[in-house]
Amino acid sequence: MQKTVSRLAKILAIAAIAPLSLTAQAGEISNAELSATTCFQCHGAEGKAAGGAIPPLAGYPEAIMVQQMLDMKSGKRPTTVMGRHAKGYSDDEIRAIAKYLATLKP
Amino acid sequence: MLKRRSLIKALAATGFGGSALATLSGCQVTMDGVKASGASAAKGPARVIVVGGGFGGSSVAKYLKRFDSSINVTLIEPQKTYMTCPGSNWYLAGLVDANYITQNYDALKTKHGVNVVHATVTAVNAAGKKVTLSDGRVLDYDKLVVSPGIDFKYEAIQGYSADVIDQIPHAYKAGPQTELLYKQIRAMPQGGTFVICPPGNPFRCPPGPYERVSMVADYFKKNNPTAKIIVLDAKDKFSKQGLFVEGWQQLYGDMIKWIPASEGGKINRIDAKTKTVYTDFGDYKADVLNIIPPQKAGKLAFDAGLVNDKGWCPVNQQTFESKIHPNVYVIGDSCVAGKMPKSGHSAASQGKMCAASIVSALQGKNAPTAKNVNTCYSLVGSDYGISVAAVYELKEGAIEGVKDAGGVSPKGADAAFRKMEANYAYGWYKSIAMDLWNS
Repeated sequence: MQKTVSRLAKILAIAAIAPLSLTAQAGEISNAELSATTCFQCHGAEGKAAGGAIPPLAGYPEAIMVQQMLDMKSGKRPTTVMGRHAKGYSDDEIRAIAKYLATLKP
Repeated sequence: MLKRRSLIKALAATGFGGSALATLSGCQVTMDGVKASGASAAKGPARVIVVGGGFGGSSVAKYLKRFDSSINVTLIEPQKTYMTCPGSNWYLAGLVDANYITQNYDALKTKHGVNVVHATVTAVNAAGKKVTLSDGRVLDYDKLVVSPGIDFKYEAIQGYSADVIDQIPHAYKAGPQTELLYKQIRAMPQGGTFVICPPGNPFRCPPGPYERVSMVADYFKKNNPTAKIIVLDAKDKFSKQGLFVEGWQQLYGDMIKWIPASEGGKINRIDAKTKTVYTDFGDYKADVLNIIPPQKAGKLAFDAGLVNDKGWCPVNQQTFESKIHPNVYVIGDSCVAGKMPKSGHSAASQGKMCAASIVSALQGKNAPTAKNVNTCYSLVGSDYGISVAAVYELKEGAIEGVKDAGGVSPKGADAAFRKMEANYAYGWYKSIAMDLWNS
């Protein structure tokens, strides 16, 4: 019993901390949003088209972006630079960033 | 996931106004209903002053407002227009015009509500949280961000000084210096010699001198095909070296001669009048001479007492707060940011991290810990681009590249691949300029 309680306490403690890493509490800036703003530097402000050759990301369908990013990360999908970027993020980070970008208006 | 900005907007629309907003952003409500941040209790909105309107300063100013529009953000930048270093080599080749690489602060002012003040900071009082401007005004701040770029150690090269840059440009702060080098390249006699002397590490834009070599070669190939380029380097290796050398051989044959430090590239002194460079291995007489001196943090960083004994600014590499003065943050080329190179892209990324840290601190919230990013494209020819990229994480207080991520373009790639990266280089410029100044 004692063991179970202590294990439960550990699980609860981890559960309490874990959301901070990917999603923010109310009013906080999430890692996903902040990372997405770094995407804008190549892909256009707020993910909107800047008129160059690099595709815009605002409103990009979430599931498609996740798949494409994971494929770029694994090398299945050939890229110039994006594979090198994709390898810098965990699969969960990629999912969270894609989810945020999908909420932006094109 | 809760969308903070939409929630703030929604609450504001309900007419709850001040109190709801203040609670939401972690602020206290004073007697008259004016909200005050924790840092500037009962004095109205928090005041953040940003000094320097380059890639770092413009990024932090814009993103402070994006993350919390109630903050009073003032950007202090002496120039009304800003010619960017990125793209300035393309301009030297004639691939883009001056207008293409010249930005202004109108959108930051009108679209984002940043107070833009065109003045110079003459003094920083970190203890009293005040800055003094060249027009005599004294401004109070709760948080100060400085992004002063670089300055040159002219004294490191005997015979070179600020007094001779009108004859021998560095062209490593874009603007009149870029225009001067542009004219000198075009006025060079047929078959003449262009000598460029890149500095030792660390310096702004590690691939910059070699992209410049490439772009000058592009111009010569079309307009002065018997010209020679000699690179007298203070280093034995340089950024994207394999890719540059491969491209130089393919595009320019034997026009370019790169001499590493250990084989005579290290310069002892120059004679400004005759444009002669002296090394242990011989003398080089140039028709056009481009000296890029060793570098240190921008002057303001020294004036404000933010530098270490090496001339750069130590900071907390998560928040970019100075390790010397609390409530003062340093971003961009001036700061020590672990493994991140001194680049416009790095500075813009750091500006966003710094903005998020400041907003979170002012609101008493947890700060995000997102990863910094760098992407540097270089043109080797007008249709020939190469890149280096990295994603960074904090490890034991220091910024390091994420293992197995990042790196440079592949060697031996075909022309279509290089052309695609050239297109992305131009696209990168449009996007980052849009992100910082044009949206």
